[in-house]
Amino acid sequence: MHSRVVEIWVGLFVGIGFLALFFLAMKVSNLGELSSSREGYTLFARFENTGNLKVRAPVSMAGVTIGRVKSIRFDKATYDAVVEMRIDPQYDTLPEDTSASILTAGLLGEQFIGLTAGALETYLKDGDQLELTQSALVLEQLISRFLFNKAEGGDKKADASAAAESK
Amino acid sequence: MLQGWGIWALGGVQRIGRAHIFLAHVLLGLPGLLLRLRLLVREMYVVGVLSMLLIAISGLFVGMVLALQGHNVLSEFDAEQSLGVLVAASLVRELGPVVTALLFSGRAGSALTAEIGLMKATEQLSGMEMMAVDPIKRVVAPRFFAGLLSMPLLAALFSMVGVLGGYFVGVGLLGVDEGAFWAQMQAKIDFEEDIINGIIKSLVFGLIVTWIAVFEGYDAVPTAEGVSRATTRSVVYSAFAVLGSDFVLTALMLRGE
Repeated sequence: MHSRVVEIWVGLFVGIGFLALFFLAMKVSNLGELSSSREGYTLFARFENTGNLKVRAPVSMAGVTIGRVKSIRFDKATYDAVVEMRIDPQYDTLPEDTSASILTAGLLGEQFIGLTAGALETYLKDGDQLELTQSALVLEQLISRFLFNKAEGGDKKADASAAAESK
Repeated sequence: MLQGWGIWALGGVQRIGRAHIFLAHVLLGLPGLLLRLRLLVREMYVVGVLSMLLIAISGLFVGMVLALQGHNVLSEFDAEQSLGVLVAASLVRELGPVVTALLFSGRAGSALTAEIGLMKATEQLSGMEMMAVDPIKRVVAPRFFAGLLSMPLLAALFSMVGVLGGYFVGVGLLGVDEGAFWAQMQAKIDFEEDIINGIIKSLVFGLIVTWIAVFEGYDAVPTAEGVSRATTRSVVYSAFAVLGSDFVLTALMLRGE
């Protein structure tokens, strides 16, 4: 085999190898999205409870992903969580009274932040904080509240029937 | 009998020690190799280019089987859209590096062992030493670095072809939604945690497989039987070492999550 042919083949091999790495990076993984998420602007929101929210979870409005969660911190002074979100630059007309809530995709899915547009005509800027937030639903709390209400309701009924009997 | 065990254990420890000194010697051959890149290119042809077709075809079939099996299970939960994640995650994290390393040790590693072992058996290596040419630098180092460089590229090729195979079966044959296939994949596969870790794995496996292959060849008993036994050992030890170190690497990589 001529060394020229060998060299061409090796060059081709290395080229295909790097093409494959590039494909894996851009098409299979999230690197393609990450490069765009470096731009955009940052919003903050305080939540009493972020549940299972993870960094890089989507921030969506009307079901469309418009940004990603960048970081989640605990605020020592106020005992709540500060979530930093990066919103894509083309969505720069979010009203100032937009509210954020932590939602779950499906019954067992990942948690994400859902934004609901407000009515004001002034728009959120880089570094602004969302005032209206709703915490994640914690299943245990929901169940205990339900049971508690049920028990309370049961007592009231019992009281009512006892009162009726005494009459 | 006890003495037999002792001899066996001491021999094993000695071989491991020799293997490490040998590796250090090979790594010292790198500067000299950079001056003669032509040798490296030649060996990359033998080790990498000739393995390419095997790796690509295996990857294609592995990806297609993954898509078939995954679709079968996922459709029970109405979660066919996650097929892309399943195929890509299992290929990039595990199957790509591991299966490539196993195939690579069978295709290229055994050939390296047999070649170097035969050179030793036919006294070409001692001949080189007589001519004051260091056989480790001239013969072993190019083969070792060619294997080390080829493995990550081959593993990436394997994963890429596998994902495409999964795409053809999943989207083409089984009717999974194309947008969901790619979008869920991109949403769930992390560049640093999955792709980079896969590349690290394939680099480590490349080191292990080629190290074992060239060492077994260099350390072979210089007879026809010795070379044949060395070739078998090369493939068997490589498989053990790859699977064992895969467990350790996975445990280390998952610990952070």
